[in-house]
Amino acid sequence: MKKFSIEPVFRHGFLMFVVVFTLVPIFFTLMTSLKLFRDIISGSLAFTPTLVNYERLFDPSQSNFLRLTFNSLVVAAGTMVIVLVIASLAAYSLSRFRWRPLWSGLLLGMILFIHMLPPVTFLGPFYLIARSLNIYDTVLAVIMGHIVLNLPTATWILLDFFADVPKELEEAAMVDGANRFQSLTQVLLPMIQPGIAAAGALAFIFSWRDFLFSLSLTSTPRGMTIPVGISSFVQEYSIRYGEMAAGAFFAMIPALLMVAFAQRYIIKGLTLGALKG
Amino acid sequence: MNPSKLSPTPNQVGISSRLGKFIDRTFQYWTVAPLVITLLLLVAYPSYQLIRMSVSEVDIVKGETVWEFVGLKHLETARQDPVVPTALKNTLVFVIAVVIIETILALVISLLVSRSNHFVGLYRTVLLIPLLVPPIAIGTMWRLMYDYNYGFINQALAVFGIPGPTWTADPQLAMPSVILVDLWHWTSFMFLIILAGLESLPQEVNEAARVDGASESQILRYITLPLLRPTLLTAVMLRTIFAFKVFDEIFLLTGGGPGTATEVISLYIYDVFSGQFRLGYASFLALGLALIISIFVIFYRRVGQRAQA
Repeated sequence: MKKFSIEPVFRHGFLMFVVVFTLVPIFFTLMTSLKLFRDIISGSLAFTPTLVNYERLFDPSQSNFLRLTFNSLVVAAGTMVIVLVIASLAAYSLSRFRWRPLWSGLLLGMILFIHMLPPVTFLGPFYLIARSLNIYDTVLAVIMGHIVLNLPTATWILLDFFADVPKELEEAAMVDGANRFQSLTQVLLPMIQPGIAAAGALAFIFSWRDFLFSLSLTSTPRGMTIPVGISSFVQEYSIRYGEMAAGAFFAMIPALLMVAFAQRYIIKGLTLGALKG
Repeated sequence: MNPSKLSPTPNQVGISSRLGKFIDRTFQYWTVAPLVITLLLLVAYPSYQLIRMSVSEVDIVKGETVWEFVGLKHLETARQDPVVPTALKNTLVFVIAVVIIETILALVISLLVSRSNHFVGLYRTVLLIPLLVPPIAIGTMWRLMYDYNYGFINQALAVFGIPGPTWTADPQLAMPSVILVDLWHWTSFMFLIILAGLESLPQEVNEAARVDGASESQILRYITLPLLRPTLLTAVMLRTIFAFKVFDEIFLLTGGGPGTATEVISLYIYDVFSGQFRLGYASFLALGLALIISIFVIFYRRVGQRAQA
């Protein structure tokens, strides 16, 4: 018979403390976003929840948050589509064909390198490029930055998925008369659907999260995204806690939705294959 | 081979098929082309611009970019700029502190989780959240948490009759406050990497050691930790590189202040770029930061190779 041990109690106790520590700020923010100002000040736990902060945030006559949400969605979706097209084609080419190590190494090395560099390094050049292309302060400029931000992760995830598809499948399709384009679109891509979903979801979320590119490549609500809106709101109205909290919580919703889905791939994506397994 | 399965001969089909064959034969280049073009336009060209900007004064006059070559003038400016050493020092303090604390915390958490059969899914899921949440939302949340009057922390302290400090506005506490937020954000990253490493370790070794009468702490000390070394090294390197990127949370929590207490290098570069609009000097500093990180990556790869050999 197994002896009763006190160890699991301490172990789970400590881990539950970590879980609580992680959730408390989110919970506190959600609560604050549902409170009237007087309830925030009283700090009481008993209060009547209200959506007034969200209503104010999304009222176009009081704030530009609605416009920024639209921009954020356009930027994230645009980035996701462009990155997926570039990355899946490249991952296909690099994993299915024989390349001289020099060339594939150069490409993958460059991808790794941009993943390592702080985004702040790109600010000056990107600012000039956006100016000279006349896209400064538009969503296009932000998308341009986000492509660089997201290409490494997406390419790396898709390389992994392509590598797992047996070569015979493609050969079989070609024997049946398909050309390479057909075998790619009709045989390979359907097989790596989970990879495309994972890479796309991560590109969306990392575009949605970004602050620095949007901050430096836009100056008005024309091209700004949500994080910039939240930040200027926080700095201008540091006392309007309810709306601050509502904005922050709203910005977190895609992340919270993704948590269940992205689990398996996020680490692979963030570490770019530095980790086997 | 069945002849009917072979592709048609050239005289049976027209130009379109020959074109098709040409595309097929060169398909590997067509598919990689978008990536190559993107890298040239959005990485190689900007890198060239960055180098060019770092030896120039750049200004926008009536929508036109005006360049003036100044050589190594920015190097001289940087050497006399009192904020540069402060920002470097703050960055180093920040990076070293978060990497050490997060490694230890994540190691403890992942060892505990790997011993557990229950709630593992819960731990993993909850700890993934901070990695996906927008850093600006993290900064906002912690601003609310740290708020002197109405923040969760000071209200909780008040319950015990302890008067709370001003946290991010206190020169002594600003850096620790920022570090605490980073622990909240990034410990998960280390945890997930180390947990993946632990889960891929062979279990038989532990079993054999246990049969031979090794205690749990001996197994940890002489088997698990040595086997985990490559994973730990990778995690530490990646975390160090990512820690140099820190920007959003500090921007929102302290803006580098009070004074220069939390002014890190990324924040200062942004300030030179956007606040002072000195594009050339900002690019020079950015190039310097890129060099520091490149040197670190090369150094790490050397260590990593030696560790594997």
